[in-house]
Amino acid sequence: MRRSAFRRSRGDGPFRFASTGAGIVLLAIMAAIGVFLVVKAVPALQANTSHFLTELTWQPNATEPVFGIGALAFGTVLSSLLALVIATPVAVGVALFISHYAPRRLASALGYVVDLLAAVPSVVYGLWGVTFLVPFMLGPSKFLNDYLGWIPLFGGDTVVGRSMLTASLVLAIMILPIIAAISREVFLQAPKMQEEAALALGATRWEMIRMSVLPFGRPGVISAAMLGLGRAMGETIAVALIFPATFNISFKILGPYGNSIAANIANGFGEATEVGRGALIASGLILFLITLLVNMAARFVIARRKEYARAAA
Amino acid sequence: MAKQIEVAGLDAYYGTHKAIEGISMTIEPRSVTAFIGPSGCGKSTFLRTLNRMHEVIPGARVEGKVRLEDQDLYGADVDPVSVRRTIGMVFQRPNPFPTMSIFDNVAAGLRLNGRHSRSQLDGIVEESLKGANLWNEVKDRLNKPGAGLSGGQQQRLCIARAIAVRPQVLLMDEPCSALDPISTLAIEDLISQLKQDYTIVIVTHNMQQAARVSDKTAFFNLAAQGQPGKLVEMDETSKIFTNPAEKATEDYITGRFG
Amino acid sequence: MTVQTGIQPISSARRAKDRLVQVLVYLAFALAVIPLLSVLWLVVKNGIGRLDMEFLTHSMRNIGARDAGGGAYHAIIGTLEQVLLASLIAVPIGLLTAVYLVEYGEGGRLSRTISFFVDVMTGVPSVVSGLFVLAFWILVLGMPFSGFAGALALSILMMPVVVRSAEEMLRLVPRELREASYALGVPKWRTIVKVVLPTAFTGIVTGVMLAVARVAGETAPLLLTVFVTDSINNDPFNGPQMGLPLYVFDQAGRPTDTAVDRAWTGALTLILIVMLLNLVARLITWWRSPARRR
Ligand SMILES: Nc1ncnc2c1ncn2[C@@H]1O[C@H](COP(=O)(O)OP(=O)(O)OP(=O)(O)O)[C@@H](O)[C@H]1O
Ligand SMILES: [Mg+2]
Repeated sequence: MRRSAFRRSRGDGPFRFASTGAGIVLLAIMAAIGVFLVVKAVPALQANTSHFLTELTWQPNATEPVFGIGALAFGTVLSSLLALVIATPVAVGVALFISHYAPRRLASALGYVVDLLAAVPSVVYGLWGVTFLVPFMLGPSKFLNDYLGWIPLFGGDTVVGRSMLTASLVLAIMILPIIAAISREVFLQAPKMQEEAALALGATRWEMIRMSVLPFGRPGVISAAMLGLGRAMGETIAVALIFPATFNISFKILGPYGNSIAANIANGFGEATEVGRGALIASGLILFLITLLVNMAARFVIARRKEYARAAA
Repeated sequence: MAKQIEVAGLDAYYGTHKAIEGISMTIEPRSVTAFIGPSGCGKSTFLRTLNRMHEVIPGARVEGKVRLEDQDLYGADVDPVSVRRTIGMVFQRPNPFPTMSIFDNVAAGLRLNGRHSRSQLDGIVEESLKGANLWNEVKDRLNKPGAGLSGGQQQRLCIARAIAVRPQVLLMDEPCSALDPISTLAIEDLISQLKQDYTIVIVTHNMQQAARVSDKTAFFNLAAQGQPGKLVEMDETSKIFTNPAEKATEDYITGRFG
Repeated sequence: MTVQTGIQPISSARRAKDRLVQVLVYLAFALAVIPLLSVLWLVVKNGIGRLDMEFLTHSMRNIGARDAGGGAYHAIIGTLEQVLLASLIAVPIGLLTAVYLVEYGEGGRLSRTISFFVDVMTGVPSVVSGLFVLAFWILVLGMPFSGFAGALALSILMMPVVVRSAEEMLRLVPRELREASYALGVPKWRTIVKVVLPTAFTGIVTGVMLAVARVAGETAPLLLTVFVTDSINNDPFNGPQMGLPLYVFDQAGRPTDTAVDRAWTGALTLILIVMLLNLVARLITWWRSPARRR
C-alpha cells in the first residue's frame, strides 16, 4: 500500500529506472563476456586443423594452425586441485585458530594478518615464486623424489624447481586467505547452544568442535573451497612466471612440466597472430565456462546452507 | 551415584561485572533443589558455576569453593572437562545436535568416553530414552534426526542425552520454559523419578513447579539494580512457601501467587 | 555398568588428541603467516635499493634490460589513470545496482538474478575480463590498445566488489531513519539520496577503496588491453600505456639482474600502494565500528 504511494511520487521514476538499469547492465556484461569470446573464438577454431578439445600442442601461429586445450586444461585442473588439497586443511586450521583458539583480544587482528595475504598482488607472488620459491623447492623436491618416488606423483628422473608442485604451492598460498576468511565466518556463526551442549557432556575443545562446529560449518567450508578452486583456476600471472610452459600431460609434479590456460594466455599473447589471438580467446572461453560452473556450484551450496541455518533458527 | 554439593563463599564475574556474590549452600543428594528469584539475579550464573560451564564464556571467572563430596571442583589439578562429564546439564532451550540422529544424540556423550560395543550402546540408549520417558515415542525412528522432534520431545531427548553418561548430579536451567503444559508435566514426572538416582538442581520461574517437584528451595535476589545477586534464604520447600524467614522471600512468593 | 565415584579424569588419549589438534591449529596459522613474512621481507630487502628519485621520476625509455637506472614513472602514471577511470565506471554502476537490490528489488525475480550474478561475477578470472575487452573493444570495435581499455577490464573486476560492500552498508541504515523521512512526505529517491546514501557514505568509501586495492595489483587484464611500453604516455585514451603490475611482470621476465632489481622495486611500490589503501580502509571501518563506540 505504502509502496504504491511512493511509486507515484514525483522524481522517483528516473531514479528507479537508473538503478534498475545499472543492475541490468551488470547482467548484460556477464552475457556479453560469453558472446564476444565466442564471436572471436569461432574463426580461429575454424582455421584449426586439429580437434580443439583433445589436441595437446599449441601452434596457432603456424601457417597450418594446430592447437588444442588438452594439455592446458589438464595443467589448470591439476595445479588447482593440488593447490586446493594443500590450502584447505591449512585454511580450516587458520579459521579454527581465529574462531576458537586464539585469545579473544588478538583474534581479529590475527585474522587481519591472514587477510593481508590476499592483498599481495599476484605479480608479486610470481616474482617471489621465481626468485625465491623455485630455487628453494629444489631441495624438498629432491627429498620427495628420493624417498617417496614410488608414489607416481613424486616419481620421474628429472627434478626441477619450476614444477607443477611449486606453482601449486604458490596457488595454495594465494587461495588460502579466501578459504580461511569464509570458513572463519561460518565457524563463528556456529550456534553457541550446540557448543555448550557438547561441552556440558564433557567434551574437550576439539571434541566440541567436531560435534557442533564442524558439522555446522561443513557446507560453508565446501563452498569456500570451491570458490578457492575457481580462483586458482583463473590465476594467471603468478603461475605464468613459474610454469615451464610445456604442452604435455604428465602427472610427475616434480618434473619440468606444467602449464595452464591462463598462464598460456599471458605468455602467448605477445607473439600471437590473428588466429593466435582467436585461439587464446577460445581457451579463455573454456576457462570462463569452467570457473562459471565452479562458482555457481559454490553459490548454490552457500544458498542451501542459508536455508538450513534459517530452518534451524 | 548421587553426591552432595557444598558451596562456600562463591563469587562469579563476567569480565569486571560481578554477577553473584558470597553464595554458600549445601545441596543434598537424591533430592531436588529449586532455585527461584527475579530475572537477572544470577540463578543461571550460579547453576553454571556448579559444573564449570560458567568459565566457557570469554572473560568469565569464579572465586570461592565448590565441593562435590570431598573434591574441590575448582582445584588446581581438576580438569573442567571431567567436572562437566560428572555433573550433567540441561539447558533452557532444547539443543539437540541437529546433524545427528536421535540415537546418536543420546549416544554422543558415551562415544566420547571410550569404546562401547553396539549392543552396549543399544542398551544404554534404550535405558536412557526410557528414563527420559521418550522411548515409546521414538523407538521406531531412532535413526531420524533429533531436530525433527517437537520442542517437548527435544527437551526430553536432551535429558536422555545428559543421563546417558550417568552423571552424579543433573543441573536444569528452566527446562520447561519453552514447553506446553503437557510436556511440562511429563518432565516434572521425570524429575520426580530421576531423583531416586540423581542429585537434581532446577532453576524455575514457575512457583507451582518449584512447590510440586522440589524438596528444598533457594531464593536469590538482587540487593539493588546493578548490584550482584545474593542467596537470600534456603530451606525446605514447604517452609519457604508457607513460612519463609525473610520478608523479601514472602514478598516475592506472594507477589507471584497473588 | 561401572559405578563411578567422584570426578573421573578423562582418558589420556582424549587429552592427547585435544592437545594434538591445538598444536596443529597453531601450526596452521604459523604456516599461513610464513609466506606472508617471506614475501614482505624479500620485497622490502630487494626493492628498497632502487626506490630512489630516479625510479619515481623516470621512464624506461632508451634503457635496455642490461642498463642500470630507469624507473617506473610511466607505469605509476598509467596505473593511477587506469584505476581512476575504472572507478569512474564501476562505482556509479555498482552503487546504483546496490541501491536497486536494497531499495527497489523487493526480493523479486530480477533482483535475485542480479544478486546471484553479482556473486558469480566475483569469480570471473581477471584474465577473462581482459580477454573480453580485447575481443569486444579492440578486435570487434577496432579501438586501439590504451589505458582506457585496461580501465574497462578493471572496472568489470571492481563492480561486484563495489555492489557487495555498498549493499551491505545500505542494509545497515536503520529502517526508522528511512521511515522518518517518508513520514515527512519526502519521496523515496530523495530519501535515498539525502538520507540513506550519506548515512552509509563512509562504509561505501571503504568498500570502494578495497575494490581499488584489489584491482590496482591486477596484471593479466592489462597485459591484454593496454599492451606494454617503456615510454611515458599521459593520454589513457590513445596508444599503449604501462601499469605498475605490468611493469613488474615485464621487468621480471627480462633475464638480467638490473631488470630484476627494478621488478622488486616496482613490487615494493605496488605493495605500498595496495597495503596503504587496505590499511586506510580498515582503519576507517574500525574507527566507525559500533564496537569502538561501546
Ligand atoms: N554472557 C554474559 N555476559 C555478561 N553478563 C552476563 C552474561 N550472562 C548473564 N550476565 C549478567 O549476569 C547477571 C545474572 O544473569 P543470569 O542469567 O544468571 O540471571 P538469571 O537469574 O538466570 O535470570 P533469568 O531468570 O532471566 O534467566 C545479569 O546481570 C546479567 O546481565
Ligand atoms: Mg537464567
